[in-house]
Amino acid sequence: MKCADILVIGGGPGGLGAAIEAAKAGASVLLVDENPRMGGQLYKQIHKFFGSQTHYAGQRGFDIADTLIAEAARAGVELLPQTRALGCFDEGQFALLSLANQDATRLRTMKARRVILATGAKENAVAFPGWTLPGVMTAGAAQTLANIYGVLPGKRILILGSGNVGLIVGYQLMQAGAQVLGIVDVLPSVHGYEVHAAKLRRANVPIYLGSTVVEARGETRVQQVIIGQVDACFQPIEGTHQTIECDTVLLAVGLSPRTEIAAMFGCDMTFERRLGGLMPIHDETMCTSNQTIYVCGDLAGVEEASTALDEGRLAGIHAAAACGYGDEARHARVAALQSSLNTLRSGMHGQPRKEAKNDILQLAHRKGIVGETI
Amino acid sequence: MRIYKHPILEIAEAKIVTVYMDSQPIIAHENDSIAAALIASGISVFRHTHKTGEPRGVFCGIGQCADCLVIVNGQPNVRACVTLVKEGMQIQSQSGYGQVGTPL
Repeated sequence: MKCADILVIGGGPGGLGAAIEAAKAGASVLLVDENPRMGGQLYKQIHKFFGSQTHYAGQRGFDIADTLIAEAARAGVELLPQTRALGCFDEGQFALLSLANQDATRLRTMKARRVILATGAKENAVAFPGWTLPGVMTAGAAQTLANIYGVLPGKRILILGSGNVGLIVGYQLMQAGAQVLGIVDVLPSVHGYEVHAAKLRRANVPIYLGSTVVEARGETRVQQVIIGQVDACFQPIEGTHQTIECDTVLLAVGLSPRTEIAAMFGCDMTFERRLGGLMPIHDETMCTSNQTIYVCGDLAGVEEASTALDEGRLAGIHAAAACGYGDEARHARVAALQSSLNTLRSGMHGQPRKEAKNDILQLAHRKGIVGETI
Repeated sequence: MRIYKHPILEIAEAKIVTVYMDSQPIIAHENDSIAAALIASGISVFRHTHKTGEPRGVFCGIGQCADCLVIVNGQPNVRACVTLVKEGMQIQSQSGYGQVGTPL
């Protein structure tokens, strides 16, 4: 049976950061991801990141993915794309299903001493009459079609949700040649970064605040959408409805951690609204209530690619140390990563996430969740 | 609706493959997902639901929701958004739960 010190599940920025650090410390690392290639959602991010040089500011997401994947390969990480982690059994055994060949799917088991979960997040949905019609899809689906496959999901697009995902995808679809008819949000102000909203405003895209999608209509796909203003309880107000002729509605209403595998491992969960909902409780080493399981990235609270990368690196260092790898220099490295995360979690958008993360850490301490290397 | 001009992404010349949707030939690009190929050809209904026969298409686009199920070479419940096209692939829109070995 195949054995590795550390199994990393999920090859986005969190998982790549974790695998790189653990391998650099000397651990044998296997990184699996069910998608055709590693990189998670980074390949869909065609805009330039901002922040500091350590977070690849000024680079586009797909370039950052290339850089991280090459770094992981150089560090000796065994990369297994098109491989799904199906389940876990006694004594650290795992079932991996290869999806590489449709005609002969292959199942195999492996053994790992520690596991780092970097399963990311899933997009939330919102239900309204007509929301199951073809043409209603998540903003991420549209981003995948346009930025990965070079196909527009529609010609006339309306977006529900003014967070960063809605704003960025709206702008990217305009770059790709679609008409964006508006962004709708129940909130009284734009939820995402102003820098993204400004790009849409400059292109005269209306942003309908305090409004929501009341209904999508069409026979076999969306043909028109009714939007209306909402009251203080977010209920549509009669008489404020207007009709928008469009063929596509994108839902950009937030993300939730993908907790299925963490739940399978029996990790204690908590509901933290500020970080996307149900998520595994973890301490500052990213260790969960199951001492062999570490978490990072959006699974450990929905934030951004940069925070996922830093958290992944932390999880990688600590999981490797728990296996007996790494030298004294790692303490300085951990301190630097924690300071970097603190910088990322500052300002109007970052501060609430910092407070939520601190609450999670305190909860972990109260419950006696302590990683081996603390 | 293919994107042919993009300010950031390089649109590389793609190898053309032919696949079939409900026996009609569709021109697809190599490395297209089935979903991308169908949407590029203007097809947005991939299946009909079991109870009420309502149309469904792409929803999450990354293999999580199973709204885009189609029958591929007789195998039902294939997720169109995470399955890549292959030359000559026979795709059928799925009705209800689908049946293994659905005749073409």
